[in-house]
Amino acid sequence: MSGPYLDIKKDFPVLNREFDGKPLIYLDTAATSQKPAIVLDAMDRFYRESYGTVRRGVYRLSEKATQAYEGTRRKVARLLNANSVKEIIYTRGATESLNLVAYSYGHAFLKAGDEVILSQIEHHANIVPWQLIAEGVGARIKIIPCNDRGELMLEEYRKLLSPRTKVVAVNHVSNALGTINPIAEIAGLAHEVGAVVVVDGAQGISHMPVDVQALGADFYAFSSHKMFGPTGVGILYGRYELLEKMPPFMGGGDMIRQVTFEKTTFQDPPHRFEAGTPSIVEVLGLGSAIEYLESVGLNRIATHEHALLEYGTELLSGIPGLRLIGTAEKKAAVLGFTLDGIHPHDIGTLLDMEGIAIRAGHHCAQPTMERFGVPATARASLGPYNTEADLDALAKALLKIKGMFA
Amino acid sequence: MSQANELYQQVILDHNRNPRNYRPLPEATHACHGHNPLCGDNITVFAKVDASGNLEDLSFQGNGCAISKASASLMTSQLKGKPLAEARQLFGEFHEMVKGDLNPETTPNHLGKLKLFQGVKEYSSRIKCATLAWHALMGALDRQENTSTE
Repeated sequence: MSGPYLDIKKDFPVLNREFDGKPLIYLDTAATSQKPAIVLDAMDRFYRESYGTVRRGVYRLSEKATQAYEGTRRKVARLLNANSVKEIIYTRGATESLNLVAYSYGHAFLKAGDEVILSQIEHHANIVPWQLIAEGVGARIKIIPCNDRGELMLEEYRKLLSPRTKVVAVNHVSNALGTINPIAEIAGLAHEVGAVVVVDGAQGISHMPVDVQALGADFYAFSSHKMFGPTGVGILYGRYELLEKMPPFMGGGDMIRQVTFEKTTFQDPPHRFEAGTPSIVEVLGLGSAIEYLESVGLNRIATHEHALLEYGTELLSGIPGLRLIGTAEKKAAVLGFTLDGIHPHDIGTLLDMEGIAIRAGHHCAQPTMERFGVPATARASLGPYNTEADLDALAKALLKIKGMFA
Repeated sequence: MSQANELYQQVILDHNRNPRNYRPLPEATHACHGHNPLCGDNITVFAKVDASGNLEDLSFQGNGCAISKASASLMTSQLKGKPLAEARQLFGEFHEMVKGDLNPETTPNHLGKLKLFQGVKEYSSRIKCATLAWHALMGALDRQENTSTE
């Protein structure tokens, strides 16, 4: 393919399957991405040839596994332009990463009267942990509102900032609307009042180059499964000076220096935050996914997805009665919409019958739905394996559904 | 769209477009509001039970997807005039059918037109849509004010 587009659907085995004789058209990458064969093969090979525990064994199998496991940490650090591999913590996913920051940093540094600023367009994973902590310590939560396009209103954000602000937690990209938030600007203002900046990067990481230092993110959280890697592993990047001051999140094996019944001392970061046997093979799979991402090229992925977004926006806007929810000027390839008189769940089920997989519902972002006055939306979210033909099929099926309900 | 025709048949689309018994029921003896938090469906079912324990009249109001609305419409139509015991039995059969535990083509049943919903069994996420009105009715008869599919 020429122009702005990649041609990588063939790398993803599941995208070559059919449902009832119709090729699968996968438009739910914001929920989870599909996996390229290279990741599946790497994990399979590792289980067959090299599997052993990590950071414990004194035999060669474990030494090899540990090398591969720690190798992913270096790949993640490079991908994010982190200062050091010690800033990369393995978790089970973005949700656990955000909980880790909220519990560990929150319990150590938040007190009664302090304020945590969130945005109106957060995923529940970046709302609920903060509510739980705030309630416990007596801190307050403030919300940056968004405009009708789904863009955060920075002039309102400025008014919320004060010396009481201790944490600003926002997403890099909204999962429901696709809005790309101006993190560098948000972080700059937060740092002026001495707050730390926590970025939910679940929807940012595999769609554009991410440089945590340029963004000014003190913490950046994401999941492997949304970036072509396996489920069960996520990353928390944290600035080392902050991680060093933070208490453990979970206790167990491998995160300790010495345990006695009188007193236990803990490892330095990142191991202080990694209790128990981790998702070894999944971490290896994530490393393989990062290699894949880099071989395709994040700039090329961003170009591909932007071209598809523009194509899809024009196509869907031409359907009478279709309302796009989320029309930010800076937007990732997420097309949230409603169709007059047809519930998003009916749209979702009927599209499935055409072989098209989309998400329908509140997208774990109920405050976002409330802001736009809808109980739910249908959402087509794109990845680098999608094509204009996928969007043509979506538009054609939507017209057919409209006909059924007319 | 063979499967689609099975679930989204003309009858269901028609009941979605022109729901029967979609009105308040001032003389209701029982009412319950059903909520499906997953999709935001809200349906209130009203029932008037007479002295001998028959469902003299039924109605519903609210918002929801085509499946939940058509299910409420067909349920209220089918149960009007029926004894309460029969309504509970039908709920049991309906629930088993949409879960895939009762094949209405091979097992004797009283489902009648409600068989239209058997395609729901292919979509476990939609079972709650199809049963919302039924849960609300059962809640009403059990004297609850609210019920939820969760």
